[in-house]
Amino acid sequence: MNRARTAHLTAWLQASPLAAVFALFFVLPLGLVLMVSFWQASEYELIPAFTGQNYLDVFTGCPVTPDGDLCVTFKTYLSTLKFSVLTWLITALLGFSIAYFLAFHIEGTLTQTVLFIVCTVPFWTSNVIRMISWVPLLGRNGLVNQTLQGMGLIDTPIEWLLFSDFSVVLAFVHLYTMFMIVPIFNSMMRIDRNLLEAARDNGASPWQTVWHVVLPLSRTGLIIGSIFVVALVMGDFVTVGVMGGQQIASVGKIIQVQTSYLQFPIAAANAVILLAVVLLMIVALMRLVNLRKEL
Amino acid sequence: MRVIRKKRPLSFWLLGAVFAAFVLFLYGPMFAIFVLSFQGPEGGLTFPMRGVSLHWFRVLWEGIGVIDIGAAFRRSLVLGTVVMVLTVGLSLLAGLAYRKKLPGGTALFYVVVASLIMPSIIVSLGIGLSFRLLDTGVKTLLEAQWPEALDTFTSTLGMFTSGLGAQLTWTLPFGLLIMFAVFNRFNPAFEEAARDLGATPWQSFRHVVLPLIGPSLVGVGMFGFTLSWDEIARSSQAMGDLNTLPLELQGLTTTVTTPVIYALGTVTTVVSFLVMGLTLATVGLWQSRRR
Repeated sequence: MNRARTAHLTAWLQASPLAAVFALFFVLPLGLVLMVSFWQASEYELIPAFTGQNYLDVFTGCPVTPDGDLCVTFKTYLSTLKFSVLTWLITALLGFSIAYFLAFHIEGTLTQTVLFIVCTVPFWTSNVIRMISWVPLLGRNGLVNQTLQGMGLIDTPIEWLLFSDFSVVLAFVHLYTMFMIVPIFNSMMRIDRNLLEAARDNGASPWQTVWHVVLPLSRTGLIIGSIFVVALVMGDFVTVGVMGGQQIASVGKIIQVQTSYLQFPIAAANAVILLAVVLLMIVALMRLVNLRKEL
Repeated sequence: MRVIRKKRPLSFWLLGAVFAAFVLFLYGPMFAIFVLSFQGPEGGLTFPMRGVSLHWFRVLWEGIGVIDIGAAFRRSLVLGTVVMVLTVGLSLLAGLAYRKKLPGGTALFYVVVASLIMPSIIVSLGIGLSFRLLDTGVKTLLEAQWPEALDTFTSTLGMFTSGLGAQLTWTLPFGLLIMFAVFNRFNPAFEEAARDLGATPWQSFRHVVLPLIGPSLVGVGMFGFTLSWDEIARSSQAMGDLNTLPLELQGLTTTVTTPVIYALGTVTTVVSFLVMGLTLATVGLWQSRRR
């Protein structure tokens, strides 16, 4: 009994620095965001007085403004959701294909490891640099436009290549496909190869095997990857800023702008709403998988 | 015992093409800015190359406008090192804790995972907010107790307070997950053998466990450093007055229209790759020495 208590104590002593970091820099700040979202503010200071005004301000003119347009908040969320869904679709398809290729078509652990590392290396370089690296390719005088003009396919440069919805989604795919490949590959490597053979022996076509055997068994990886991509895109303000030429709105960007103007209560209210939306999306995904059990 | 190679199915070639295209997609643009950073002095942001020179690296060295890139570079380097050390230390300790019975461990695990998937802007805002509230508290306290100290006090927000904390909430989840993976594959028989031979818990940790998990710890360190080195979203609202290199870089994307920004991109990427190379070399050396 006593020994067990000592063991618990040692375990907690060992875990306590980590727990302290997350208590101080994660749990407490989130609590304060929730609290401040109900505060008032003057131009220079926060006033700890309860109000629901910030939330009302976020939804001013919602759902439809007097002119018949969607209100700013709904528009921004719709645009952010659009980026999420597009990015999710593309990264999931791409991530699944690449993980499948690496896991089932490449023989030999060494080749597999090398090709896998090739995919993950860019993850360790700055996101901003990976974004601006599209400028010389997609810009008005970029390589793509130059090539197309040189081939005589177009007369005037295509304008929507850079600083557009297109370039934002492209950058997201460039940045985040890795977050899909890794967990899906991980799940696929655990699939018993005999199952594939059994499917084949029972007369399944390759496509049927993928659909009825591989896909269900790599569900966990797919869901973990999806959670990452959805959470990253929903909260993003850097990519949308840089790749959208600072012209496209996103929820994260609104929060960032309000913070830089020191409008903390309304920024906090926006953050709470964003958090609620993201949590809803994640909970929906989590219902499909037990994360702890899979590790 | 080599099996006769089967004929590759069509899907192999199709998926292989997808893979090749993806790798080109990943590396092509980065290669483009690498090449363009060696533009001649008349060169612009796009192809064609107008001469080849180190001109833009020299411009970078002399500084871009009012921003002291050198200072930002050193700050990022120091912060990255501190984050690396703390990430290795705290992840290892926590990893060890999870091998024992840790009451409430599941709750802690969920908090850590929640931090990993939490939109970074929310964490950043929260930390910035906490330290601003702390500032208000400190100011009130100073006013009441030591009014003269109020003149010198500016803010508790800073690189090694709020900034460091913000980055740790991003690096530690990765560290902990790696530790889980490591200890899941760890064979406890080695420790049992050490215990049977009369080793104290510390001795068996120092001489048995640590050498076995050493290479993974180096990997955790690499994660810690490079994640901190390139981090923007978490620290954007929490760094205080002095910015790290990626934050300066992000600011420069809207104002700088010369290849000097590509030169900066090349330099920071080279640092990332150097760290990775060093890590892999260390791990390789470690493992070859063990044999």
